[in-house]
Amino acid sequence: MPDSLDHHADIPGTTLFDGRMAMKGYALNKMCFSFNNASAREEYKSDPEAYFDKYGLNDEQKTACRGKNVLAMIAAGGNVYYLAKFAGIYGLNMQDIGAQQTGMSVEQFKEKLQRAGD
Amino acid sequence: MAVIVGGITTSHIPAIGNAIARGQQDEPYWKSFFTGYPPVREWLDIHKPDVAIVIYNDHGLNFFLDKMPTFAIGAALEYHNADEGWGLPVMAPYAGDAALSWHIIEQMVDDEFDITSCQEILVDHGFTVPMQLLWPDRGPDMPRVIPVSANTVQHPIPTLKRCLDFGKSLGRAIASYPENIKVVVLGTGGLSHQLDGERAGYINKEFDRMCMEKIVSDPEALTSISRHELIRQAGSQGSEFIMWMMMRGALSERVNVVHQNYSIPISNTGAGTMILENTQ
Repeated sequence: MPDSLDHHADIPGTTLFDGRMAMKGYALNKMCFSFNNASAREEYKSDPEAYFDKYGLNDEQKTACRGKNVLAMIAAGGNVYYLAKFAGIYGLNMQDIGAQQTGMSVEQFKEKLQRAGD
Repeated sequence: MAVIVGGITTSHIPAIGNAIARGQQDEPYWKSFFTGYPPVREWLDIHKPDVAIVIYNDHGLNFFLDKMPTFAIGAALEYHNADEGWGLPVMAPYAGDAALSWHIIEQMVDDEFDITSCQEILVDHGFTVPMQLLWPDRGPDMPRVIPVSANTVQHPIPTLKRCLDFGKSLGRAIASYPENIKVVVLGTGGLSHQLDGERAGYINKEFDRMCMEKIVSDPEALTSISRHELIRQAGSQGSEFIMWMMMRGALSERVNVVHQNYSIPISNTGAGTMILENTQ
């Protein structure tokens, strides 16, 4: 793939979701996109492993999903807008996800946000 | 002829919709945000726009990575939302203005903007939250709506210059519409925030303040900010500022700031609310 498609910039703790990542994460994101439909969410919940296979997730993506590990899902090509629908199935909001990714408790993460306003 | 009365900027995060549903507007956490809105509704009561152009970004409800338009314009008689995977309430459809949509599409493509026209497009929280904030009772003054979606999901996203130019073309298209209607343009989203990665929770108050100042006084200067620099300064999802640029381009060169409010943090974001009134 030509380098011109690489939109990764040197921003610490940040993965730019570009063409490379969109190709890498296509199956994972397509599964998450399906969760817009309630019936798909029910089907997933009844048998997650079968649902992973239905969308053709690779082992890296399956492992990340099993662990609900957001950083690993991003590394496997996940896009946060689609991953948010996966997170929703488990009742996780953006502050829960933020806490997980930064290794903080949810309270600590909220305090960090609060400090940004000082 | 159609007239643009002004532009409004507003956050559109889902947490706002949840706070409205739970009646938390007066709680200490939310008060500084929601107090920014009565002046906006008063201004709308005075001007009573017939149509609202709502510039937002689809967050993975309508568009998937199989086909990702850079700029999409709704051209439907009405627009529906959906639960987005989170069980959000499904609302009564919002009435569109298909005649104006097609006029804008005709004019903008003629102006060499290559638009994706959408006769069916599900609108997500990026669209519905601003509607809830600006027209909570959806009374007789509720304007018809035209959703305009910009790609912020997948890079390459459009440049800030392209977005300002998009707005200028949109403004010319509206001004050439022969009906005597009043139009308001909404630039939604932002300001700084990042949801993903180890840098999650990043907010940049200083950069937000600069954007709120320059969007009024010198939007052209903002076009020198590269997309990487925007992400660096505003966070991954701070890229939503491009929708503010699109809104601003549709307004007159000089605008009057009728009202502004900045609230931080609102969920994971800095939230900027502004009314910019056209001077021409």
